Amino acid sequence: MKWAFWRRARHNEELQEEIQGHLLLAEREALESGQTANEARHAARREFGNVSITEEVTRDMWGWRWAADFLQDVRYALRSFRQLPGFVAVALLTLALGTGATTVMFSLVSGVLLKPLPYPEPNRLVAVNGHTEGWNTKIWGEQKLAYLDFLDCQRDSHSLDMAALVYNSGTLSAPGDAKYVDYFEISSELFSVLRVPLGLGRAFLPEEDKIGATPVAILGYSFWQQRFDGTAEVLGSSLFLDEKHYTIVGVAPPGFKLYGDEPEIYTPLGQDPAGYLHNRAAQPVRVVGRLHPGTTLAQAQAEVALTGSHLAQAYTDTNKGRSLQVKRLQPPVGDVGSTLWLLLGAVGLVLLIACANVASLMLARAISREREMAMRVALGAGRGRLVRQYLTESALLSLTGSILGVMLANWGLHPFLAFWPGDLPRADEVQLDWRVLLFAIALALLTNVLCGLAPAWRAPVKEVEQILRAGARTVTAGTRRLHSAFVESEMALAIVLLVAAGMLGRALLHASSLNPGLDIRNLLVMRVGLSPATLADPAKIPAAWQDLIERGRRVPGVQSLTAVDIVPMRQGNNEYGYWTTADVPPQNKQPMALASSATPDYLKVMGIPLLEGRFFDDHDRLGSEPVIVVDDVLATSAFPGQDALGKNLWIPDMPCPQPDVNKFVECSTPFKIVGVVGHVRYWGLAGDDQAQLRTQFYYPFAQVAPPFLTRWSQLMSIAVRTTVPPLTLVEPLRRALRGATGDQVLYQVRTMEQLAHDSLEMQRFLLLLFGIFAALALVLACIGIYGVLAYLTGRRVPEIGLRMAIGASPSDVTWLVLRQSWEMILLGIGIGTVAALAAGRILERLVEGMQPTALSTFMIVIPFLVLAAMLASLVPARRASRVDPTHALRQE
Amino acid sequence: MAKRNDRYQNRTEILQGTLDMLILQTLQWAPRHGYALSKAIRTNSGEILKVDTGSLYPALHRLERKGWVAAEWKPSDVGPRLRVYRLTKAGKRQLVSERSRWERLTAAIAGVLNPAEKEDVP
Repeated sequence: MKWAFWRRARHNEELQEEIQGHLLLAEREALESGQTANEARHAARREFGNVSITEEVTRDMWGWRWAADFLQDVRYALRSFRQLPGFVAVALLTLALGTGATTVMFSLVSGVLLKPLPYPEPNRLVAVNGHTEGWNTKIWGEQKLAYLDFLDCQRDSHSLDMAALVYNSGTLSAPGDAKYVDYFEISSELFSVLRVPLGLGRAFLPEEDKIGATPVAILGYSFWQQRFDGTAEVLGSSLFLDEKHYTIVGVAPPGFKLYGDEPEIYTPLGQDPAGYLHNRAAQPVRVVGRLHPGTTLAQAQAEVALTGSHLAQAYTDTNKGRSLQVKRLQPPVGDVGSTLWLLLGAVGLVLLIACANVASLMLARAISREREMAMRVALGAGRGRLVRQYLTESALLSLTGSILGVMLANWGLHPFLAFWPGDLPRADEVQLDWRVLLFAIALALLTNVLCGLAPAWRAPVKEVEQILRAGARTVTAGTRRLHSAFVESEMALAIVLLVAAGMLGRALLHASSLNPGLDIRNLLVMRVGLSPATLADPAKIPAAWQDLIERGRRVPGVQSLTAVDIVPMRQGNNEYGYWTTADVPPQNKQPMALASSATPDYLKVMGIPLLEGRFFDDHDRLGSEPVIVVDDVLATSAFPGQDALGKNLWIPDMPCPQPDVNKFVECSTPFKIVGVVGHVRYWGLAGDDQAQLRTQFYYPFAQVAPPFLTRWSQLMSIAVRTTVPPLTLVEPLRRALRGATGDQVLYQVRTMEQLAHDSLEMQRFLLLLFGIFAALALVLACIGIYGVLAYLTGRRVPEIGLRMAIGASPSDVTWLVLRQSWEMILLGIGIGTVAALAAGRILERLVEGMQPTALSTFMIVIPFLVLAAMLASLVPARRASRVDPTHALRQE
Repeated sequence: MAKRNDRYQNRTEILQGTLDMLILQTLQWAPRHGYALSKAIRTNSGEILKVDTGSLYPALHRLERKGWVAAEWKPSDVGPRLRVYRLTKAGKRQLVSERSRWERLTAAIAGVLNPAEKEDVP
């Protein structure tokens, strides 16, 4: 800008010089023709005409008039804003709130959903997944690979560098206090495939990625900071993890996350002799790959698919029907996307209302300035110039509003992130970066157009004399319609948000009133890591659990205690297909059920009602008849109209409870149903009704076959029924259950009340936000209605005065005004209802536990809105009714 | 404020729209500064066409912006340097097209003014 003005100034000087030259030449010629010096100068001047007008017109030809005009517009706008501090404050506040909230939501969308993965050349990274027919990605997520399949794939691939990773967890016994840690078993290529340099030390070597190699480990950055104070001496020192000594060779770089998690430790995957890694039937391995330079995704897909089909032919018993797929590696964000888009949409509606509000304010102002504008037209201003004046004003407003909004967003973003229920994936990547700023600029432009166009659109041009003659005392039908349109759209948008908030409120009320299926009070649940030495020897495990339960029971304040593998409303589950006859169909045709193994006290501890039969007792053990207990949902779905008690279920994938086996054995006999218990809302209060998998059964922990005891014991939790506030028992339990070697640890400690409460956290959060949005929308809409009506009524003062002079009563006048608002409100509600029904559909799909849009929601929301709107219009109506007729008529 | 422009441009006695053509035509033979240009037009028209400077300079700057003429500062013997305009290639093309348009127009007008020469009107 500065540059343009500098150039303009120079051009100005040149133009003056050019004209001076012209005058001089003319003067000299006059002199030569014999005139006196004085005469010659005058003649030249006369001949030339008006110098300054010539200069001005010539300057117009340069084409930067806009710049000068723009400055003039800005000065003019600022001057007129200074006279209306109230108007400017309301408009700026409205716009700042609108753009601020929208910018915050977009920062989340951008950081969580739009940003590429934080590795170099993220678009060349791929994921290799398996796919078996009947695999439901929606429930189980992407199917992973068998470790042996990964090795074959890696060996055969010419288009991809591949690396593998397996989640694991275990007890770190030394150095320091025993701690249950998450660790990733990774293949040696992982860091090089991702092109992430180590923070300290080195990555694993290929020769360390083999069974029998020296155990080495890499530390996660945060864990290194916490446990080892971030000292470099840690390299070469030793870890005692799950009964194995590891030498630390490296530290991962800060902030390095894989699939959203930062593990405490990395170990070489190839060193792990675990059976499930050397059996193609199990698929625990996540595979990430990087396309070789010059190869395309399609080439990699074809190649890996080919390997997959070779594997399916070569290993028919394990790989039949399984194919391999290559997809672009996506950031791990789960289903949070829909929530984010939903909130961005809602906040966008608030912004629209804000724009409509400011636009109607600007329009009212524009109309009150109609006379002034008409005067300017009469003095020669073009329509384009007036439109530009309006747009300059709205641009100033929206730009300032947006800057304030971005400042608000900058200030509010982190509190909002902290407020997000649970863990927002990729939260650390959310920031006000260039994407967000770009968005904010686009937003400012949009608000500018939305706010400024309406007044500009009706800039006076045609009926100049009419306007000048009529003065500022008429409202044309077109203007009224435009005003009404703003009110109607504000009402409609407010309805959408109010109905959404109402639906969420109803869903939350409904969900909180639901019976969770168990007694959530005074119930503590936590995971237990048995001593690694015990886990290494399955023969010791049953006694260890027995000992742990006994010790726990003796802690004062503990009423009863049970061990169980899956806990309702908490992550982690196990499921099996079942069938009611021996003629079991293939796996993808079997119905599935949630399966949990528990000790005999489970029912009593959890407070789950026993409906029929019995729960387990000490007689259910290895070698005795395999028994299960089902919930009433499974009982009715598997045996409709019959008594499930005493019936059999065939569960082909469940290991048979036989002693003295060392591998998976399928039962020749079915599992007998010995009891029916109440359904537990396993998926949370809100989510359970719509969950895909609701049927549940329990089997005795004592009947878990020996080869599986170690794995099961790693996953077990305990639930404690207390007589005192449950959280006071955490420390006593920790001390009592530390075990003989002191390395038995409790982790993920929660009360059942917390879990139940957390299961509605997202609904509560959405309700709060939508409530705020709806309240904001309501207030804005009311301000809008008030402003428009006050303005329209103000315009009609002479007319009202006339009406009153010829006999209209104050109440007639009140009704006259109210009827006007009534029309706008009704139309707005009509449009809003249709829009709200559509929005309700979206909400139902995106939020767990939503009920179909109920009439009652509208029945509450609409009268509420009408009442608010009528109150807002009552003020101008009353004012109109108090118009003094003589005074009003004299004004004319 | 477009209206004011028009008002001053209309003041010229030269038929609207022909000034550009006259300037381009006059520059065809040699580059000239503004004063020489206005003098040349007046002389060549036998003192009939008088170019208003209030139109000439806007027209020159407009033509320059369109790229039909190019300007250059040249030192002069009167004292200040002079801005000398010369015809560009694009200007030459423009002149050709404006001339042919003008010739068609004058032929047409002549046809309207002298219809009797063509048909016998009773």
